[in-house]
Amino acid sequence: MKNSTTFKVTTPTDREIVITREFDAPRTLVFDAFTKPELIKRWLTGPPGWSFVVCEMDARVGGEFRYVWRGPDQSEMGMRGVIREIVPPERIVATERFDQAWYPGDAQDTWVLTETSGKTTLTLTLRYESREARDIALKSGMDQGMAAGYDRLEELLPSFAAGGTAQ
Amino acid sequence: MSQRLDATFAALADPTRRAILARLATGEASVAQLAAPFAMSQPAISKHLKVLERAGLISRSRDAQRRPRRIEAQPLAEANEWLERYRKIWEANFERLDALLEEMKAMQVKRDDKRDKGQTQVTRTKRHR
Repeated sequence: MKNSTTFKVTTPTDREIVITREFDAPRTLVFDAFTKPELIKRWLTGPPGWSFVVCEMDARVGGEFRYVWRGPDQSEMGMRGVIREIVPPERIVATERFDQAWYPGDAQDTWVLTETSGKTTLTLTLRYESREARDIALKSGMDQGMAAGYDRLEELLPSFAAGGTAQ
Repeated sequence: MSQRLDATFAALADPTRRAILARLATGEASVAQLAAPFAMSQPAISKHLKVLERAGLISRSRDAQRRPRRIEAQPLAEANEWLERYRKIWEANFERLDALLEEMKAMQVKRDDKRDKGQTQVTRTKRHR
């Protein structure tokens, strides 16, 4: 997948996770895919085996969104949030909180879309209330059923040393 | 283990420290050797080394004279493992989004074609904005 090579997760500060990714589409389409519930439902489904039970998004300032996912073992995970800022098709700022409150406080997400010759780059900054909250969010990969065997430590190490990212 | 992971992420948040680790990944080095590529004094580098050492990311060799530092793979690998798992979840989402966007692009072309048949005056340059 050519687009996956543009995908990066970094932790530039104590409280943030920054995700960048390029998409081969103009940003009006990407923006729609982020803000229209019938489109969000198609892709933001999380780890393998999980699916949406509730997917609501009121894409305006002060508007709320509500997502509930169900996992392969029938357990549910819910999240709600409020849109703080929305500038189509370039920027969304929202606060979010998981029902399970597995990290303390709200997180603030900033989605920025930039377009160059028909391609769109997403920069998603997730800011947590503390370093502790951020680290819990990072570790959530485990909780969400991603416990596949990772015996590739030596393999991962060089890429990390080279760029300080998990690319 | 969790506390050490916190210390690892904190230590990795700094670009100078990441560069030091990248250098040490190629083999052990003395403080002077580590300081050389940076516009920084040895005491400033030593401070960074202390943070890395506390996080368990580097250690000192026995050679008492030079006290070369070397990288400790385990904590870095643990931190990387977490990032990697996290990354996988997002990448799965984004690959589905790639497919959805292809569909949306195809739909848009169809819509445009229909519109063109109805009103031939639509200027092509106005599309895809």
